[in-house]
Amino acid sequence: MNIQEKLEILADAAKYDASCASSGAKRGGNGEGIGHSDGMGICHSYTPDGRCVSLLKILLTNMCTYDCVFCVNRVSSDIRRARFTPEEVANLTIDFYKRNYIEGLFLSSGIIQSPDYTMEQLIAVAKQLRQVHKFGGYIHLKAIPGASQLLMEEAGLFADRLSANIELPTQGDLVQLAPEKKSAVIESTMAQIAVRKDEADEERKRSSLAPKFAAAGQSTQMIVGATPANDRQILSTATHLYGQYKLRRIYYTGFSPYPEADARLPLQAAPMMREHRLYQSDWLMRFYGFEASELTSEEQPSLSLAEDPKTTWARTHPEFFPVDVNQAPRESLLRVPGVGYRNVERILNIRKYHALLVEDLRKLHVRVKLALPYLIAVDHLPGPELPALLPAASQMDLFAPVSALTGSV
Amino acid sequence: MKHVLLEPDFEAWRAAARDALRSGYRPDELDLEDGTAPATLSLMLEPEDGATGTAYPKPHTSKAFLEAAQVVSVHRDSQRWNLLYRILYRLQTERDLLKLETDDDVAQLLRFEAQVRRDLHKMHAFVRFRKVLEPGNPAERPVVVDEPVAVAVEAEAHHLMLETPTPFGNLRTEIESCAPAEAPAEPECEHFIAWYQPDHRILPMAAPFFAERFAIMRWTILTPDASVSWDPVAKQLSFAPGLPRESAPAEDELETLWRSYYASIYNPARLNVSTMRSEMPVRYWKNLPEVQLLPTLITQSKTRVESMVSRQQAQPNAQPFVPDEHTIQALTASLPACKGCELYCHATQVVPGRGDRQAAMMLVGEQPGDQEDRRGEPFVGPAGAVLDRVLEEIGIPRAQLYVTNAVKHFKFIQRGKLRLHQNPRMSEIMACRPWLLAELDAVKPKVVLCLGASASKSLLGGTFALMKDHGKQLSTPFADRVFATIHPSAVLRARDEPNRIQLQTFLADDLARAWQASQA
Repeated sequence: MNIQEKLEILADAAKYDASCASSGAKRGGNGEGIGHSDGMGICHSYTPDGRCVSLLKILLTNMCTYDCVFCVNRVSSDIRRARFTPEEVANLTIDFYKRNYIEGLFLSSGIIQSPDYTMEQLIAVAKQLRQVHKFGGYIHLKAIPGASQLLMEEAGLFADRLSANIELPTQGDLVQLAPEKKSAVIESTMAQIAVRKDEADEERKRSSLAPKFAAAGQSTQMIVGATPANDRQILSTATHLYGQYKLRRIYYTGFSPYPEADARLPLQAAPMMREHRLYQSDWLMRFYGFEASELTSEEQPSLSLAEDPKTTWARTHPEFFPVDVNQAPRESLLRVPGVGYRNVERILNIRKYHALLVEDLRKLHVRVKLALPYLIAVDHLPGPELPALLPAASQMDLFAPVSALTGSV
Repeated sequence: MKHVLLEPDFEAWRAAARDALRSGYRPDELDLEDGTAPATLSLMLEPEDGATGTAYPKPHTSKAFLEAAQVVSVHRDSQRWNLLYRILYRLQTERDLLKLETDDDVAQLLRFEAQVRRDLHKMHAFVRFRKVLEPGNPAERPVVVDEPVAVAVEAEAHHLMLETPTPFGNLRTEIESCAPAEAPAEPECEHFIAWYQPDHRILPMAAPFFAERFAIMRWTILTPDASVSWDPVAKQLSFAPGLPRESAPAEDELETLWRSYYASIYNPARLNVSTMRSEMPVRYWKNLPEVQLLPTLITQSKTRVESMVSRQQAQPNAQPFVPDEHTIQALTASLPACKGCELYCHATQVVPGRGDRQAAMMLVGEQPGDQEDRRGEPFVGPAGAVLDRVLEEIGIPRAQLYVTNAVKHFKFIQRGKLRLHQNPRMSEIMACRPWLLAELDAVKPKVVLCLGASASKSLLGGTFALMKDHGKQLSTPFADRVFATIHPSAVLRARDEPNRIQLQTFLADDLARAWQASQA
C-alpha cells in the first residue's frame, strides 16, 4: 500500500472528528526548523462541507480493538484498514507544511494493543517532529483515555493541544453504543491533563525556562443525535466538563451517516441546525453569562430549531426587559438578542462620550430588528408587549430527499 | 484646493500630512493622491488655494492611530490618504475620536483596516509554494531561476614526503606533489516559489510572517505588484518588481497527494457549499491546487450519501428468513431458503445444527467445512474427528449435545481442485446470528460453549479476546452460562506433537468444565 492510499484511508477515517482549530498556542520560529504559530490559527482551505482545513488531520491507524457502534473504525466494521509509520506521518506533515498547505498536525488513532501502546505511538510522531525536524508548527494529539499519567505528561511537552473525546453525552449512552468506553476513564484522563497543565502553568509563572505543557489546553468532542439524549443533558454535561477540566472547547458533532454503519444507528443525519443551536448555547454559557439551566427547561428540554436560544430566553423573561443601552450594566446588555459581546464592549465605550441612538446601533451592525423590542435608546422606547414566537417561515424544499439525508433544515 | 501627489508609501503620507498640518490645511482644502494614479486635467488646472484652517506647529497623534494608519495605507482605495488626513486633523482637537466607532470617518478607517487585515490573513492562508530543484528552461518572459550559490570549499592540499632519521633530526624530502582533491558536488538546492494576487498592497506586511515560518527555506513570493525572496543563509528579505503568474512553476510533486487528502477529509453527508464560498471566495480559487476537485466532489456528494444509507439498510441479515416458530424442526425446514447473505450462492447446501433437541449443552462452531458442506451435517470432517476423540476421552456422549455453527454456509476460495476454508467476515457472522439465536431459543441449553473466535464474536461481541477470556463463565441475554474455547481445528494446525497435546488438553479441559456446569 503506498502513501497515497494510506492517506486516503486514514484521512477518511479521521474526518468525523470536528476539531481542527490551530489557535491558542503562540510559538516563535526557532531558526533551526520550519514552522511557527501566531496564536490566531489559520484555515488554509475549506472543503465542500464548509469546514476549514487547518491541520493535517489523520489517524495513525484505523485498526481498532474497540467496538463503538457510532464509529466508522470499530472492530466489527468491514472497512479497509491501514497504518502509517511515525516516519511517514512526520515526513508528510513537513512536506505539506513547507508548501503552506497546513498549520500542523492533528493525530489520532484507533486503539491498538492497549491505550498505553497507542499513546506511545502518537507521542513518537510528535517527538520526531519536534526533535528531529525541529518542527515549530501546531500539533494536536488525541489523549487516549486510560493511558498512563506519565505518557500524558510526555505528550503535553510536544503537543500544543490534547483532547480526550467524551464521545456521547451520558454514561448511559456509552453503555449502549461504546461498550469499552467509560465516562469515568475518559474524565480521569481529562483530569490528568488539567492537573498537569495547572502545575506547568504555575511553574512557568515562577520561571520562564519551565517547559510549556499543552499551551492550547484541551478540548473534547460529543456526538449529537446518535442517541436520544436531549439538549438539556448535553448542556449540563458541557457545563460539568468546562467547569471541572478547564476545557478550551467542546465540539458538538451532529451524527451523520457513514460507510458500513451499524444497523442500530439512525439512518438520518442529525439536523445541522441542532448542532448550530448547541454551539450558540455553548457561546452563551462561556461568553454571555448564561447558565445551562436557563437555556432549556424540564418541560422543554430541547433547544428550538426555529429560534436562537438567546431570543427564546428573552421572550420568556419579559420581567428582565427593556434594557437601556445608555444605562444598563454589561451583564444586562449581554442578554439582549441581536447584540454580540464585541458590540457590548463598543457600546460601553461609546456611551462614555455620547448617548446612543438607534442609528448608532445600526452602524455597529447590531441586529436592530431583533434587538429593538428589548431595548431603550435615546430615540426609542419599546412597546409593552414582547414579540411572540413567529412561526418560522420555511421554504418548500425542492430537493426534499437530499435534505432528509444531510439533515439540512 | 491643494493637490499633492504621493509615493504610495506610508512615510511619504506622513511627511506630507505633517507639513499640511503645520501650514494649517483643512481636510477639505487638501487632496492627497497616489503618484501613480492618473490625475485628470480639470484637477490639474484648478488654482491652488491657501490654507485657512488652524495651523498646528507641533502636530501630535496617538500610537493607536499610527498603527491603524500604517495598515490602511496599503489599501487600494484612492481616498485612503485623504481619510487618514481628515482623521489626523480631527485628532488634534478630538483626542478620543478613535473610540467613537459610530463616527463615519472612524467607521471607514476601521472598515479599511479590517479589509486589509483580512486580506493579510487570507494571504497567510492561501499562498501555495511549489518546489523547484533546477533552473527551468529559459523562456521569453522573465522567470525565476534558481541558481545555487557556488561555495568555495578549500581542498585539503597535501603531498607525499620522505622522512629520514639523521643524528641532526629528521630529514624530509619531497617525493611528489598530489593533485588537489576533487571539488565536492554542488548541493542541490530546494527553492519554493509561489504566485499570489492579494487585494491590497500587502506584500511587505505579509513577508515577515513567511520569513519567520519558513526561516530555513529559500522561498519567493511573486505578486503582480512586487515580489519578495528570502535568503535563509543571510536571513534577509529582498524585494523586486512584480511578475506575472506564468513566471511561477506550474505544479508541484506533492499536489496530487494534497488533493487526495482534500477529497478524503470532507464529509459528503454535510454538504455546505455556501459557508465554503464565503470563507474561501472564488477570487482565491485560481491559486489553490485542491480547488480543481470541487465540482466533482460537490456533484458526487449526494450519490455517496445515498449509497451509504442504502448499504446500511441493505446490510446482510438473515432475520427475514427465520420463521416465527422457534423449533428445531421449523428452523431446519426454513434454513435452505435463506439468502440472508451472499454465502448461499457458492456453498453446496446449508448445514443446520444437529443433536439432542433438549440438550443441556450446546456447542457452537464457526462454519461448515468442505466435508460438512458435502454431507450437510456439522462437525463430520477432520475437525469433527478431533472433537469426537476429545469427547470420548473425557466421557461426554455426543448424542447428548446439540452441535451447530455460527455461520450456516461454507465459505471458501477455490484453488484448483481444493476448496480452501476462509474465515467469515464480521458482517456475515452478524447476518447469520438470527439463526443461532433462534436455535438457542428452541433448545434452551443450560450451557453454551463457543468453539473458536467466530462463534465467540457472534455471541459475545466483536472485542471478545478468546485466549485471554477462555474458560470464564459469561452471562448473556440468550444463555445464562456461556463459555468459550479454541476450535478443534486448532489442534490440527499444531506446530508439533507437544504443541498438539497441549492444545488438545486445553480443549478437553474447557469442554469438561462446561459439561460439568451443564450437569450441575
